[in-house]
Amino acid sequence: MAAPRIIVVGGGLAGLAAVIKIAEAGGNVDLFSIVPVKRSHSVCAQGGINAAKNLKGEGDTTDKHFDDTIYGGDFLANQTPVKAMCEAAPGIIDLLDRMGVPFNRTPEGLLDFRRFGGTLYHRTAFAGATTGQQLLYALDEQVRRYEVDGHVHKYEGWEFLSSILDSKGVCRGIVAMNLRTMEVRAFQAEAVILATGGNGAIFGKSTNSVVCTGSAQSAVFQQGAYYANGEFIQVHPTSIPGEDKLRLMSESARGEGGRVWVPRTPGDKRPWKQIPESERFYFLEEWYPKYGNLVPRDVATRAIHKVVYENGLGIDGQPMVYLDLTHIDRETLNRKLEGILEIYEKFVGDDPREVPMKIFPGMHYTMGGLWVDNNQMTNIPGLFACGECEYQYHGANRLGANSLVSCIFGGFTAGPIALKYAKSLGAAEGDGGAAAEVARQTEMNQQLLKNEGKENPFRLWRELGVTMTEHATVIRYNKGLKQADEKIVELLDRFQNVSLADRTQWANTSFAFTRQLYNMLELSRVIVQGALLRDESRGAHYKPDFPDRNDEKFLKTTKASFTGAAEGPRFEFEDVDTQFIKPRPRRYDAAK
Amino acid sequence: MAKTVKFEIKRQAGPDSPAVWENFELEWRQGMNVISAMMEIAANPVTADGKPTTPITYDSNCLEEICGSCAMRINGKARMACSALVDNLEQPIKVEPLSKFPLVRDLQVDRSVLFENLMRVKAWVPVDGTYDLGSGPRVFPQQQEANYPLSNCISCTCCMEVCPQFNEATGFVGAATIAQVKLFNNHPTGKVFKEERLRALAGDGGIQECGYAQNCVEACPKQIPLTNAISDVGRDVVVQKIKDFLRG
Repeated sequence: MAAPRIIVVGGGLAGLAAVIKIAEAGGNVDLFSIVPVKRSHSVCAQGGINAAKNLKGEGDTTDKHFDDTIYGGDFLANQTPVKAMCEAAPGIIDLLDRMGVPFNRTPEGLLDFRRFGGTLYHRTAFAGATTGQQLLYALDEQVRRYEVDGHVHKYEGWEFLSSILDSKGVCRGIVAMNLRTMEVRAFQAEAVILATGGNGAIFGKSTNSVVCTGSAQSAVFQQGAYYANGEFIQVHPTSIPGEDKLRLMSESARGEGGRVWVPRTPGDKRPWKQIPESERFYFLEEWYPKYGNLVPRDVATRAIHKVVYENGLGIDGQPMVYLDLTHIDRETLNRKLEGILEIYEKFVGDDPREVPMKIFPGMHYTMGGLWVDNNQMTNIPGLFACGECEYQYHGANRLGANSLVSCIFGGFTAGPIALKYAKSLGAAEGDGGAAAEVARQTEMNQQLLKNEGKENPFRLWRELGVTMTEHATVIRYNKGLKQADEKIVELLDRFQNVSLADRTQWANTSFAFTRQLYNMLELSRVIVQGALLRDESRGAHYKPDFPDRNDEKFLKTTKASFTGAAEGPRFEFEDVDTQFIKPRPRRYDAAK
Repeated sequence: MAKTVKFEIKRQAGPDSPAVWENFELEWRQGMNVISAMMEIAANPVTADGKPTTPITYDSNCLEEICGSCAMRINGKARMACSALVDNLEQPIKVEPLSKFPLVRDLQVDRSVLFENLMRVKAWVPVDGTYDLGSGPRVFPQQQEANYPLSNCISCTCCMEVCPQFNEATGFVGAATIAQVKLFNNHPTGKVFKEERLRALAGDGGIQECGYAQNCVEACPKQIPLTNAISDVGRDVVVQKIKDFLRG
């Protein structure tokens, strides 16, 4: 029998990790990506990758990494896969090192490690401040090697539209659209791995890249895949609001003495320098005298949200607060913070040594994603998922520098299991449903091109982003979540009247975007309704009306399934695997 | 109308279509960059004289100058559109596609030649396998500090766009690929392919085509020491040629 053909969708760390394992084992891979894989969102990761290598004589162990990860995730993650990830992490670092990642070194030539949030150990390997870029390139290079060998065929510039399901509901391939010719085509395979990343675009602006729409996850959700823990969205306290996106500003700015403030008077139009000290509201220092500006991330994020949305004190009425370093001398700033200050200078055009930075919490990561079992397989047989697009490794809150390791571990797990599955799969009946799925997708495209309404898709998207950011990020009220769901229903309705300014069939990016937008709308209901149902506070999910964690009722995985009904998804709850570490209260104001 | 920003954007429906310039006048906003202007046009596709048009096709992804997608010519200069802040640019802001690559549509071009070049020079470290084979070779910090800048190349192709020698007549491989050859030849394991890489850069379209115009190093948004890489690799290519000649 010929080697089975596997499709991998997405060329970030998770997708490339899966491709490498399959190609190495002799399988053939068709790799699909919207962008050339070297331009995937993994390049944006900065800080590093966690592994308990214990090279600093601190007695770090993979068990401690496991405990930190479960604790940081507020006990919502299934423990078996997390344990396996933490145990595999040191070997993954070694492999990346062998592949040539230019990790920072100790004087003796060994790997250097630094501290990160949620742990007391030096556990984070790093390559300058561009670790994600360096890891992605290392895997990209290995995949290029297999491309030369003929094991990998790349389809860059193709967008995933849907999976092909046979009459028994088994995944037999994908339907994808060529983003130049707009051709819609079936690609058959014995197994499909989705590694399609995050869904930041649902929130309008986020720290995510343009391609992170969650469209592929939503498409397979609408085809019957469970979506798990969608309500868990990580918001980083300090990002740089931009006209086009939110860029991350490292926590180290506050570590070096940066102070967060807003004018005390709502609507104060004076330039910052003219606002006297007594009329500045250093709200973190006032509200949290003990920790001041260095309260934990979730606390800082919630406080900034409150001061802007509840107290109406954002700068110029905008959702922004000052992160002020101007009281610190230039020399100290240059010595300790130059890298991140340069980012701010380049993109904002102001020198943060002279002018306070304007920052705001930014949607950063989705802990939730496609539901998968311990073999990375969704509930659709033959459809696998790995990386940020699945839910499995971070529980209710992800620790910094755990995303890169979870992507690579997830891909390394999914690849060989998908290959084994593919080898044992019987032949499909007929075309396995390929022609029917192409017809369904083509019909959707035709409908969109025919529409004669007056709604602009980009404006609908902005409205979605505003609603989601206001009601479904940092602080959640059931009333607001209900409003958000009503708004999404309204947007879904108005989507029927979307009219494309461009109906041509050559490199029509707004057409492709409009397809993504529909999927974003469907997935946003999963996030909002999942949050509505979870009447507790856990990790990144915070409801002031239910401020405590409620293990009795909600130590459960949320599983959403698509119904197509007006009321939205159906929800069920699944027990969490807590066989190794007994849940205990999570608090960072004392040693755990 | 409030303060505005004027753009002139070169439009071309496809590789064989005629190019036309469209003018746009957009409301100025704090921190506006070229990308956010194009997002605004997509949400309201109307030219400065009120004529309905189509959203602009362009490549973009991370918008943080790390993915290398959004390279284009802005006021005649090859650069990344995400870090092109409107307030730092003379108006009207002229936006055109890169000129040295096959045009797809509007500001989108096909830069796959760079990825093909990276295959030709075997720009990878040939690891034995992905199994747990223990730690990698020792690398001293000085060596890491030398290699890290080369590894920051975002494949934006600005260096190729501005190079007078990068054209169909020479088939020159371009500075980005040469810098990657230096990177992998420096790696303790990667250097096993050193001779093959150098041979791939010998001959037509190879490193000898470089005319030392030094435009590449000025255009590079990542400040990669491209001209140093070209000199170092150029020397190695010559040494390799001599060795190959003597070996017969």
